[in-house]
Amino acid sequence: MSVSVHEPGAVAEPLPVRTRGGVVWDTIRHRPGAVVGTLVLAVIVLVAVLAPWIAPYGLHEQVGPPFEAPSKAHPLGLDDGGIDMVTLLMWGARISLIVGFAATFVSMVIGGTIGLTAGYFGGKVESVLMRITDYFLVIPDVPLMIVVAAIWGPSLFHIIIVIGILLWTSTARVIRAQVKSVRERVYVKRARALGAGHWRVVWRHVLPQVAPLLIANTVLTIAVAIFDETALAFLGLGDPSRISLGKVIENAFQRAAISSGAWWAIVPPGVLVALLILACSLIGQALEESLNPRLRVAHLSAHTFRLRPLVGRKADAL
Amino acid sequence: MSTLLQTDELNVWFDLPRGGTLHAVQGVSVALEPGERLGLVGESGCGKTTTGLALMGLLPSSATAAGRIELNGLDILAGGEETMRAHRWVDIAMVFQGAMNAFNPVKTVGSQIVEALELHGSSSGRAARAQTGELLGAVGIPPDRAERYPHEFSGGMRQRAAIAMALACKPSVLVADEPTTALDVMVQAQILALLDGLCRDFGLALLLVTHDLPVVAQLCDRAAVMYAGEIVEEGPVEELYHDPRHPYTRLLFAATTDLNAEALPVSIPGAPPRLDRPIAGCPFRARCDRAFARCEHDRPLLRAVGSRRVAACHLNDVPLSLEAVR
Amino acid sequence: MPPERRAAVARGSPLSSNGAGPLLAVDGLAVDYALPRGLVNAVARRPREAVLAVDGVSFTVERGELLALVGESGCGKTTTAQSVLRLIEASAGTIEFAGRDITKLGSRELRLLRRRMQIIYQDPYESLDPRFTVERAVEEPLVIHGLGGSRSERAALVRDAVARVELTPPELFLDRYPHELSGGQRQRVAIAAALVLEPELLVADEPVSMLDVSVRAGVLNLLDGLRASSLGILMITHDLSTAARYADRIAVMYLGRIVEIGRAAEIIQNPQHPYTRALLSVVPRRDPRDRAKPQILKGEAPDATRIPSGCRFHPRCPVAIAECPTHDPALRQPREARTAEHQAACILA
Repeated sequence: MSVSVHEPGAVAEPLPVRTRGGVVWDTIRHRPGAVVGTLVLAVIVLVAVLAPWIAPYGLHEQVGPPFEAPSKAHPLGLDDGGIDMVTLLMWGARISLIVGFAATFVSMVIGGTIGLTAGYFGGKVESVLMRITDYFLVIPDVPLMIVVAAIWGPSLFHIIIVIGILLWTSTARVIRAQVKSVRERVYVKRARALGAGHWRVVWRHVLPQVAPLLIANTVLTIAVAIFDETALAFLGLGDPSRISLGKVIENAFQRAAISSGAWWAIVPPGVLVALLILACSLIGQALEESLNPRLRVAHLSAHTFRLRPLVGRKADAL
Repeated sequence: MSTLLQTDELNVWFDLPRGGTLHAVQGVSVALEPGERLGLVGESGCGKTTTGLALMGLLPSSATAAGRIELNGLDILAGGEETMRAHRWVDIAMVFQGAMNAFNPVKTVGSQIVEALELHGSSSGRAARAQTGELLGAVGIPPDRAERYPHEFSGGMRQRAAIAMALACKPSVLVADEPTTALDVMVQAQILALLDGLCRDFGLALLLVTHDLPVVAQLCDRAAVMYAGEIVEEGPVEELYHDPRHPYTRLLFAATTDLNAEALPVSIPGAPPRLDRPIAGCPFRARCDRAFARCEHDRPLLRAVGSRRVAACHLNDVPLSLEAVR
Repeated sequence: MPPERRAAVARGSPLSSNGAGPLLAVDGLAVDYALPRGLVNAVARRPREAVLAVDGVSFTVERGELLALVGESGCGKTTTAQSVLRLIEASAGTIEFAGRDITKLGSRELRLLRRRMQIIYQDPYESLDPRFTVERAVEEPLVIHGLGGSRSERAALVRDAVARVELTPPELFLDRYPHELSGGQRQRVAIAAALVLEPELLVADEPVSMLDVSVRAGVLNLLDGLRASSLGILMITHDLSTAARYADRIAVMYLGRIVEIGRAAEIIQNPQHPYTRALLSVVPRRDPRDRAKPQILKGEAPDATRIPSGCRFHPRCPVAIAECPTHDPALRQPREARTAEHQAACILA
């Protein structure tokens, strides 16, 4: 770190300030993985949001025979009900993304709160909260989903809640670890010594330090949530009244798309889900790496320092 | 007595992540004779640690080095990593900053020293264990402690163990980087006495890299003061204190608290210059209390100012009658 | 802003100030740490063992005085300082601040107390929130305690505090972030944040040990100058040279006790406790010719779980006699003391 402001007081040469948004934006800009991920995600989200207006055909509009092959009018062919695949994908992405984001929101709120509380207060509070977390961690998701579907019926709302309940544990653990370490930072202790109340310390000192990691974790959780929803829909546990990408795949599977040779009914939705998850993973991992230096792999370099011949005495610059 | 270690115009540049280079070590020339204690003194960022690492050839891949490092007359820098590896630990060893924390916590201290011995082909098996016992004894640790783990050692004992490990292959030069900075004053005295004894008994040459002037004053015969990557003054420690020939040396002593001194210490205003840009004139002039016109554009070179003394300051060139001119 | 107005705005605490008597009077302070029990012992309900980190410490700090608490790591000096501020709970003893015992204060009154006692930490690189500008960092104490009136009044108080720590002109520093400042400047900001509340007691925990040598004197001289505004300063340091130059009085601690206390000049020139004498003899001097004969003690101080019997120092003491393993000396005035306040805990003193 070069010190540019002389002490005590002289000409200042300010260095660029790293703000909270700056870390996230910086990371996204400088890592190719994150750039690609952001672009892909942005495109898909945009298309999904605008689906009602830009979908070429109606969602329930039969425009041809079942499993018609791709053609110029229908680049991805038709599904088992004669509905245009491209339209299906757009609407399907909508639901998948809605569930993904909503479930992640639930999990982030629960996990973040529990992680923050456990990490900040420590002691008995932490023990209790962490044991609860462990309990939720070992619940198997598919059986739980079946049970919920059986008792309350498989609606989108229930799916969001269930996925949220399954996913918050990893967030809680990550946040708790980070909060514990931030809690021990001298400036946090100092704020307490100044007389700041818990709320103030958490809101002003702890949360800003934890926020970037929370964002990284959230993005990664979105990937998992989308995957979970797709899997559940594929297993037939999804909301039957909504079409998500998983449902599209499930429909095709159930209606014997494979034996009909209609690859366009199964592969594109699968690829789209994979793209979504990949995009979120790329962004999330890039953020995590830049925030947590220990995640970076140190390469045992075969290269060592370089030599150059000395030119004259007191060489000043290269 | 032939010079054991000699550097000549040693330079190190570091590539900066966003482009540009940092000229961390600028033309450093030091000499060490067997049994000599030389202090390399300076504050953070002056390049002393980098100089020590360069002597060991332990610079990262972002570094570029130039100059000569002669060990017993042989230039070991010229051959790059190949030659440096052959001499590292065997002829020249280093105790790093925070070395006492660099032990593997899941292996006993003894086994780690044995490992060092075996790695460099000095000995193995029973002979290595016997040697380990001797080494620990030489640094004041009861040999039976070899079976203990690092966390069972106190800070001072771990530092001793680190010194023992560095001396495992019987080098003739030891570079110690801030060996006592994290230690209490009594433990510091013990470690300094240990280093003193090792130099006397084994003819070990010691390069003590530190920011702590009083430690250098007590342990070393000679000292080189570094500022902004270069040596600004070098000579016997007594003369540096009683007759400094560079304002930084004088001001640095004046800024150090002392048990017996009457006057309060005085800070040096300002901060060291940035090393990622070429420096015009004397690097210290912005903070110097005796800078004059020539210092702005003419960079002073190290010149002899007495027998076995050098300093890089224009004040030493000016005839006495003009010295007061600012 | 005139000092009287500044003090009036910043103060206004309902805890009244007792004009006479010492600012801080600690008596018989003890702090213990409970050792973790382990599952077997917990199930068997064995009582927790406690480590007495501070075992009966008594001292005073007057207004305008700097008391240095000196000792090696593990002697309990940091624990003492933290319990004075009630950041750690004491297990015994009284702490009187401005004539009032604060050991039993509830959290509300404690919060009010925090305005009058402040702490400076050792690590300037960690003690400021990296996301706060200098202005926000110095303003924060005022906001926490709801002081300073309007925004502009607070801004004026902040400017004053920043100027007081010699970061001038203040405008140049107010919107800087910590990473744009040097270690010495950060420490000055931490001091400004402590001063903005006009505290009466300042605890400085190794305030300069992580700063470059050329910068230390400035920060120390700044702290030194604060005594003129009747600020009492309790400075923790392991560096006897710093204590010798800046402290009015010095207290030497060993294994949780004060072994010697008195006027700084007296302690340095006429030490009566063998530990103090040994410590002083090994402190390196600037002058290479000034090589006092060092009295290097063997080994290191035992940790607090294994406190020696009798006099705690006897296993390492170069002049221990037969009585020492069984006799635990109390602090009293040594025979060869030159001033009244000089006390040492040694049977031979």
